[in-house]
Amino acid sequence: MRAAPEQYEMISPGNLAAALKLMASEPGRWLPVAGGTEVMVQYSAGRLPQRNLMNVWGLPELRRIEVTPDAVVIGGGCTFAEIRAHKAIAAEFSMLAKTAAWVGSIANQNRATLAGNLANASPAADSPPALLAYEAEIELISVRGTRRIPYTQCHLDYKRTALTQDELILAVRLPRRFAGWRDYVRKVGTRNAQAISKVCMAAQALVQDGVVEAIRMGMGSVAPVPLRLAAIEECAAGRKVNATLIAECRQLLDKMIAPIDDIRSTIEYRRLVAGNVLEDCLRTLAGTA
Amino acid sequence: MRKEGAAKVCGTARYIDDITLPGMLHGATVRSSIARGRIKKITFDPAIPWGEFTIVTAADIPGANCIALIQNDWPCLAAEVVNHPEEPIVLLAHADKHRLAEAVAAVRVEYEPLPSVHSIAESERKDAAVWGEDNVLKSYLMEKGDVDAVWAGADFIVEGEYETGAQEHLYIENNGVIAEYSDAAGLTIYGSMQCPFYVHKSLVKLMALPEDKVRVVQVETGGAFGGKEDYPSMIAAHAALLVRKAGRPVKIVYDRAEDMAATTKRHPSRTRHRTAVTKDGKLLGAEIDLVLDGGAYSTLSSTVLSRATIHAGGCYFWPNLRVRSRALATNSPPHGAFRGFGAPQSLFAIERHMDRVAAAVGLAPEELRRRNFLRPGLTTSTGQVIPEGVDLEHLLARAMELSGYKEKRQRFARENERRALKKGIGLAAFLHGAGFTGSGERRMGSVAAMDATADGMLRVLVSSTEFGQGTNTILCQIAAETLGVDYGVVQMGPADTSVVPNSGPTVASRTAMVVGRLVESAAKEMRHVLTEAGLIGEQYSTEEFQRAASMYVGKHGQLRTEGHYEAPPNVFWDDELYRGEAYGAYAWAVYVAEVTVDTVDYRVAVDDFVAVQEVGRVINPVLATGQVEGGVAQAVGYALYEKVVWQKGRMANNQMTNYIIATSQDIPPIRVYFEEVPYKYGAYGAKGIGELPMDGPAPAIVNAVSHATSADFCAVPLLPEDVMTKLAQVKSQVVEVVGA
Repeated sequence: MRAAPEQYEMISPGNLAAALKLMASEPGRWLPVAGGTEVMVQYSAGRLPQRNLMNVWGLPELRRIEVTPDAVVIGGGCTFAEIRAHKAIAAEFSMLAKTAAWVGSIANQNRATLAGNLANASPAADSPPALLAYEAEIELISVRGTRRIPYTQCHLDYKRTALTQDELILAVRLPRRFAGWRDYVRKVGTRNAQAISKVCMAAQALVQDGVVEAIRMGMGSVAPVPLRLAAIEECAAGRKVNATLIAECRQLLDKMIAPIDDIRSTIEYRRLVAGNVLEDCLRTLAGTA
Repeated sequence: MRKEGAAKVCGTARYIDDITLPGMLHGATVRSSIARGRIKKITFDPAIPWGEFTIVTAADIPGANCIALIQNDWPCLAAEVVNHPEEPIVLLAHADKHRLAEAVAAVRVEYEPLPSVHSIAESERKDAAVWGEDNVLKSYLMEKGDVDAVWAGADFIVEGEYETGAQEHLYIENNGVIAEYSDAAGLTIYGSMQCPFYVHKSLVKLMALPEDKVRVVQVETGGAFGGKEDYPSMIAAHAALLVRKAGRPVKIVYDRAEDMAATTKRHPSRTRHRTAVTKDGKLLGAEIDLVLDGGAYSTLSSTVLSRATIHAGGCYFWPNLRVRSRALATNSPPHGAFRGFGAPQSLFAIERHMDRVAAAVGLAPEELRRRNFLRPGLTTSTGQVIPEGVDLEHLLARAMELSGYKEKRQRFARENERRALKKGIGLAAFLHGAGFTGSGERRMGSVAAMDATADGMLRVLVSSTEFGQGTNTILCQIAAETLGVDYGVVQMGPADTSVVPNSGPTVASRTAMVVGRLVESAAKEMRHVLTEAGLIGEQYSTEEFQRAASMYVGKHGQLRTEGHYEAPPNVFWDDELYRGEAYGAYAWAVYVAEVTVDTVDYRVAVDDFVAVQEVGRVINPVLATGQVEGGVAQAVGYALYEKVVWQKGRMANNQMTNYIIATSQDIPPIRVYFEEVPYKYGAYGAKGIGELPMDGPAPAIVNAVSHATSADFCAVPLLPEDVMTKLAQVKSQVVEVVGA
């Protein structure tokens, strides 16, 4: 371990109200830590710049999963293990259950929370493409009250979110309006488990006689933020999946993404594979794969 | 039950970081930030209270500033120049380990940069002379017959170039030691290591201490794979220097990032083959040019290169052969020992090349191999005569049958055309020499001992260490079998240089075959001593034997017997010409890999793996199977996942998130089969097994990928990015043909 523990301070407010109050009184000073799966790695490597940490692990207000007639509402403090195990999520939002199972290791899934994952805002995170395809909303809370924004507005830039310095992610809402839609989800990682995505995609579509009536798509690891592929959704809507459509969609994707070269992969690979995955997605959803 | 199994499973086994000595300090290392340069100045940031720290530089070394191995060119601490990133320069120790990271960062080293080389090609071109005059750490020329005469009569001449990458050992436990010193007892090192006497030898020279004032004790060791063959000498040297200056015990344990960045890796390689073959697929001769990247210092490169050279021709009969080999210096941390020790590199080349030779001739890969296998009476590349019992053809037939090779080979090729998931099956046939190369065992002259305690416990005394492979268990099994007593009453003595004789380093797949045989001799001698003393008869129970041993100890003070190495008869080795009996025995194997290549993301999955081998008598089938499974798993990583990303000689992906090893989700079912042909001079007929399974999987897998894709892959690691590049090329070539 390369960090010096005495240079850090961590406090546990004990309840949500106290946590929000602390964040409001000293904006930006306290980094909320839930499962700590990201923070602990940074800390151990001696690279955690924030020295003041606020423990929000286990706050009951953040740890509920509620099923209402029009939405499944997942508390920000729910772990990926809980999301994976939840019956309604597995039944209606199976792509989220599946991507939850892709997160790190079992140990990671027992600690890592959905809100932590979104607030950490890695473009390579596993669950965002599914949340984009499901048209999720996020509920934010502060001493000033709560507000709800579409998840598409959450990520502003690489590792930068729409959260203000006094806000926590209270919950993620998944609207229950996609009965009968088919889905497609795929992670291209460096290996089959405990892998960081090189390309990650989730999509759902309403398909009738080979025609895409409506489609929603999200893609990760190909740009500074997880992308909702809205232009491709528009292009595909009302059309049959054939070589022409696929070529158009691939061209659109090419313009939307901005993959990088890093120690995990190359621009060329991410670009070509993103296109291949998109093609595989369209063919699979249309039943022509 | 494994001897140390219960302690490991119950969590009572104590590894180096579990041990704390009174008053102990923690040590850390200031390392070079550049690849090569002259050290101009070292300054200590005044913000740090340096009075609290023990500080050591090269000036504090009482003896020779080197880690004694073969050529002694590896400095313990850089004094005037650095030759690779992460080279140790200054050592610090403090009672609070949390103070160290900041202090290490506060030591500023100014350099005058010097030109550096970072690949085999750059070193070969002498872009800069970074070692000696020509960057050549070691070279060999091995010749058999007259290869220059074969080219004119060849029906085909097949050339190829093959590359293999570096590989990190990734043992579970990082490197670590504790050093303590007193004038009376001298220096004691406790550590995670393979070779206590290597560390001993190195410390005697570095610390200028008499041999009996240096004691090295191996503690429970969490994996090694060759990575704890030479580097423990370095880290022990650092701890020794700190303990002498501080006057208090010092612990140095690397974290994962430091261990990956600073310690050894498998040598990267480049091998060129030129092969003359008839239209019937008979090999006439070959020229092989083999180059290893040795890193900045020679360390063990000469011996790794030696094994690579001898294995370069594979398991085939070459009437004429010339192997030229070189280990070249580059400015990365020195590459070192890693399971296989040069053989995986040269065997990847020959086994990939054999598929390509077969394709050129128009034969099936297995048929070309079958026609050229070494057989009893034929001679190896070094002229060693193959003994009776070696039957590669049988291993091949069995591996093909068990894997359904023939049927799949045809079916996959037929079905692949219309599939996005392309399937392939490939094989590799190979050998691995057990024990030290050439005269190594004779020079080493290993000794093993047994003794008995006053209460009749029987102990095996060797410097051969347990680091997961099962040494403790099989040596106790051998001793118990020879003594005619229960396994439970035989124990391992401590791996402590002040207690055990030097049975040699724990390397080279030599422990079962060579050291096991010595233990067998020592046990025979113990039985003989007790028989001669009239304490046991022909028949006895375990209790009777123990009672006899106990009585003997009571009467004579001790019961201790030894086994000394004796070379098998008629063994001859010429170190100059590289001719003769290169190894006492070889293990033989044929491996088959079945793969799927996904043309959406270009990932390769290994679906099935059949490993058939002949390793002499199998002493412990469970452990032997485990060795093969583990070796294959590690080699799947070598073939498909593990890529060291080098940036100016520094490993950029020195964390487990980004250095990708295969997980259990990436490993196929590994089906392990043994043929047993006892070796007369190994313990109960055993030959070596530990390294063999590292050799074959990479070429078998890449042969299978080439089969699946009809593309010619010649390098490992073969990552999806590489598959994509090649398949994209193939695609564009096809487009051109259509367009024309």
